[in-house]
Amino acid sequence: MRVSLEELAYVAKLAHLALPEDAAAQNKLLDEMESIINLANQLALANTENVAPTAHVLPLENVWRKDEVKNSLTTEQLLQNAPAQVANCFKVPAAITNANEEEKF
Amino acid sequence: MTAYETVIGLEIHVELATKSKIFCSCSTTFGADVNTQGCPVCLGLPGALPVINEKVVEFAAKAGLATNCRVANYCKMDRKNYFYPDLPKAYQISQYDLPICEDGWLDIEADGTGKRVGIIRIHMEEDAGKLTHNDKTGHSYFDVNRCGVPLLEIVTQPHMNSAAEAKAMLENIKEIMETIGVSDCKMEEGSLRCDVNLSVRPIGQEAFGTRTETKNLNSFRSVVNSISFEEKRQIRVLETGGKIIQETRRWDDELGVGYSMRSKENEQDYRYFPEPDLVPIVLPQEKIDALKESLPELPAIRRNRYKTVYGLSDADARQLVFVPAFANFLDEAIAAGATPKAAANFLMVGIPFLLKENNLTENQIPFSPAILAELIALIENNTISSSIGSQVLAELFSQKASPKEIIEAKGWSQVSDTGLISQAVAAAIAENPQSAADYKSGKGQALGFLVGQVMRATGGKANPKMVNEELKKRLS
Repeated sequence: MRVSLEELAYVAKLAHLALPEDAAAQNKLLDEMESIINLANQLALANTENVAPTAHVLPLENVWRKDEVKNSLTTEQLLQNAPAQVANCFKVPAAITNANEEEKF
Repeated sequence: MTAYETVIGLEIHVELATKSKIFCSCSTTFGADVNTQGCPVCLGLPGALPVINEKVVEFAAKAGLATNCRVANYCKMDRKNYFYPDLPKAYQISQYDLPICEDGWLDIEADGTGKRVGIIRIHMEEDAGKLTHNDKTGHSYFDVNRCGVPLLEIVTQPHMNSAAEAKAMLENIKEIMETIGVSDCKMEEGSLRCDVNLSVRPIGQEAFGTRTETKNLNSFRSVVNSISFEEKRQIRVLETGGKIIQETRRWDDELGVGYSMRSKENEQDYRYFPEPDLVPIVLPQEKIDALKESLPELPAIRRNRYKTVYGLSDADARQLVFVPAFANFLDEAIAAGATPKAAANFLMVGIPFLLKENNLTENQIPFSPAILAELIALIENNTISSSIGSQVLAELFSQKASPKEIIEAKGWSQVSDTGLISQAVAAAIAENPQSAADYKSGKGQALGFLVGQVMRATGGKANPKMVNEELKKRLS
């Protein structure tokens, strides 16, 4: 199944990825997407007539924990990978780009 | 001008009162220092795996049972993908097509009429972290503490038609969640918040108008005010030939204005899929039945009992049931022998006032319900007057002593000595001949003044009933 350029642009946007501008690079991506989708589409060929629907590959259910508090990481440990920090907070790109428009997908 | 009808549906977020988060063992305590309640699961570090908190499932099922929902025997968690720095994983674990509860309803009352509001679903999800925006630097600051705090999202049918109805529904949800103990519902701490979906349509029109969603309202006042703002705005747009755009809006409570948050044309595409890190949740019917059995008396039933068994007015029953801590205290005081109406009055006036005065919450009444029952009995058997009763109540907030001990220590016992009262009455008449004459000539209110004089002269301790009788006797 061939993906359209519009669909490719849409997926790139959802994934916060920049779409290359030159047509050759775009075509390469379209080819790759096509082969990925074709691979996934093979699932549709399987006969599932007598197979119960499931939501998980493991034959497990109700794996849970008691409501008990255990130690968290220290603030220092939490911030260890933060590219930038201010006043013990992670410094992140502006979540609000201007007063009227929030950048959120 | 066309007459319009407003159509409202609510999405209510309730933070669950668990000790630990939904998928890890970090604390959920509100108000901790920034970035002190986080772990690899909260941060979404590679290899970190979530494990669901059993209590969250139990609380969610209870919430559904208390709101007449069907609780699913089989449900699962799903992954909702979006990029936003308030969730480091870049997805929120939520529920999509198989929520834990569906198809409920609550009966509400607003503007004097009752109606049934449907509940489409209740699902479990994790809260996001907190972002603080800095306008000057153009950056935001992220605190992970709230990441993974368990939430219920309660989605109602668009069955409400006014701000009053939306408020009544939210109040019902609040009192139920507090009563069954799944949330403290502190709106000022964000543990109860609400999104309002609203559209308008000409009366008689079947099809819904285009709706907008006003997000994250965290007080009853902002829910009511944002609704009246938005319904007026939409009608104005339609009346001037415009079109309503389906959009997310934000409400500024201080300015009293709502405004558009995103003008993106795209429908949001969260690409939900079953959460591979969590296995399905199976609740056998016996377990659901047992949870239902374990529910305490629900507010609607309690209100009714207060009216029929305690003989309280509808307004009083509503006011008391709305604060479960007070309602529980009332039930226990009555069980300890208190007269219902007297105990209700203390819990509606004196006690809330003194709690506020002493910076205490509703759960922190510093004496037992039995003590309140004792105080009421002392008033009713005329050991003290009701005004002294209020003073004893105030003392109960500052010392650990029984009402009897306080009355003895302070010498507040009511005077029922006929001789003493007779003397005080005679003195009051002698000192206020004009009032006495007024009463004799038919001015009934003069008696109240004289009673007041006697009470003052006896330091509030004279038995008012006896004073009344003695005055009438002497002035007849």
